[in-house]
Amino acid sequence: MITGSGQPTMSTQDQAIQSPLEGVNFSELELSLYRPRTLFSILLSILVSAMTIVALVPLFAVLTMLLWRGGSKLSVALFTSLPPAPLEQGGGFGNAIVGTLIMVGIATIVTVPLGVLTGLFLAQAPKDSRLASSVRLSAKVLTGFPSILAGVFAYGAIVLATGGYSAVAGGIALSILMLPTIILTSESAVAMVPARMKEASVGMGATGAQTVWMVLLPTAMPGILTGVMLAVARAAGETAPLLFTALFSNYWLTSHGHANLMQPTASLAVLIYNFAGMPFKNQVELAWAAAFVLVVLVLIINLIGRSFSRRQIDQ
Amino acid sequence: MESAPEVIRAREEAAAWNPGQVWQPPSPAQKWGDKVFRQLCVLFAAATIVLIAVLVLEIGVKAIPAFREYGLGFLYRATWDPNKAQYGILPEIWGTLYTSLLALVIGTLFGVAAAVFLSEGYLGGFVFRLLKAVNLHFHPFWGKLPVRIEGVLKTLIELLAAVPSVVYGLWGLFVVIPLIRPLCNLLHSQFGWFPLFATDLSGPGILPAVLVLSIMILPTITAISRDALVAVPPKLRMAAYGLGATRWETILGVLLPTASRGIFGGIVLAFGRALGETMALAMLVGNANRLTVSLFSPANTLAALLANSFPEAGAKEIPVLMYAALVLLAITLVVNLFGALVLERAAASAEAK
Repeated sequence: MITGSGQPTMSTQDQAIQSPLEGVNFSELELSLYRPRTLFSILLSILVSAMTIVALVPLFAVLTMLLWRGGSKLSVALFTSLPPAPLEQGGGFGNAIVGTLIMVGIATIVTVPLGVLTGLFLAQAPKDSRLASSVRLSAKVLTGFPSILAGVFAYGAIVLATGGYSAVAGGIALSILMLPTIILTSESAVAMVPARMKEASVGMGATGAQTVWMVLLPTAMPGILTGVMLAVARAAGETAPLLFTALFSNYWLTSHGHANLMQPTASLAVLIYNFAGMPFKNQVELAWAAAFVLVVLVLIINLIGRSFSRRQIDQ
Repeated sequence: MESAPEVIRAREEAAAWNPGQVWQPPSPAQKWGDKVFRQLCVLFAAATIVLIAVLVLEIGVKAIPAFREYGLGFLYRATWDPNKAQYGILPEIWGTLYTSLLALVIGTLFGVAAAVFLSEGYLGGFVFRLLKAVNLHFHPFWGKLPVRIEGVLKTLIELLAAVPSVVYGLWGLFVVIPLIRPLCNLLHSQFGWFPLFATDLSGPGILPAVLVLSIMILPTITAISRDALVAVPPKLRMAAYGLGATRWETILGVLLPTASRGIFGGIVLAFGRALGETMALAMLVGNANRLTVSLFSPANTLAALLANSFPEAGAKEIPVLMYAALVLLAITLVVNLFGALVLERAAASAEAK
């Protein structure tokens, strides 16, 4: 450009550079609080901050209400005694806690092998695998599966088939809701294992199964545990799938010394639902206390689960 | 030349070591185990697809008797009378869509606002400025505070979703309804001619259900929208700032349009959640078979109908309820599938950039 061309080109270039700046009022380019666009930006920032705070109010409102109405009623008797009959005073929800733990336990035993191995398959499958992409899509669709429909399904498939409400039917209904969470979190946990570790294992002559059991699973374990804990926390709080699969019971699961899983079973969530609608003060207070226990249980499992995945990221 | 004793011992050990014990090809049992394990993984993965098929089939087959008897008229009739064996779910379909859409509007406004708040790092920036004022912003402990506190905020919003819905129902029943009742009844007495305020709030009703529902879907919208906003390439933001745009000109003109697909996918998924949400609605919506637009009137939704009618349903009512469940299943499956596909597209286009 510079070589070969003469004086005239230089002057046109000068004009080309100067012309956009001509007539520009430079003071308009400074940040000023009095300009509408700056003001607009600041106002929206304040609005968004306020809306975020408002969005968090319910969480704290629920927690303080639970502490105030539920936490104050806490006593040992709540955990050891059976639900009271109408107009009866006192009572507790010991059988409901046991029932919740048993049904979540059944669901976990069913879901963990299924979910973790499916997650492994998804993480290992080639990118263009049609089976993998359709499994992934169905897992994603299942995350939004209405919990009541899991109950309807278990009612049709198990309650009608076995002839009665049972803890097993409740556990199966819960496992449908746990499965997608475990699949998707195990997949991402296994996919996060560095490729060099897997390649080193294969390079040393390990078979696929050996690589999975000795390298992939141990390394991905924190992430998988997070998924399992989040799924357990969700299942522990679910009510709708249990309403007409496990129903409710005012008694312990054990009769004559041995436990029976094929009978109606109490759970904390269903107890809260049943007692909240009753016109008796004692029952409503028990519902609040049960809600407090349930939320503490769910939040603790949830936070423990989250702490596992933080450990994996820190590595 | 004499070697040191350690060297001799090492030579002897090397001679005695049989590499065959360590380096050996996998035994037939190991090969077989590997094959079985691979097949097992494929089988379990395929089971997920089979599970969805079985879910649909199970509910569908049980609904056939009711479908034969009531046909498609079931969808647009408004009576529900087990004594006369007359069933229709128009009020429930309307109630499901009406409550979900209203909750979606509130949840989207607050959810996207919270997502912008989180992705812009407002809180972290604020804490950083505070630390800078006391000259601690490079301190080994305090310097990490802005990042930490952002993480805490994100966890808090996610914990909103962890609270069981029956607890939200309990809270709505004993806290929200008494709280909003005076205001609602004032609105009704002053603006009763307006269709939205046509009735008074005597207890459970649409508005408390919508409020609680919007709280429950907010974390879904926030989490997915935040991910979409964070995935916007930084160069776009820098280009906007470089051209002299203010923070909100950048957000409204560049970030939100670029992330719009992901945000839309999140909203669709949240809509799916709202449609299927059961317990909070069963406790708060009032279970009245009523076709209404009034915010304060009791109504019903498909999920709440199932939750309330199933436990005491007779043998004749079960197929009818299965039919209603099938309708709910169809609506939520379509919405969820659509949402998942939108998000997949959004992720693919974000990767292409």
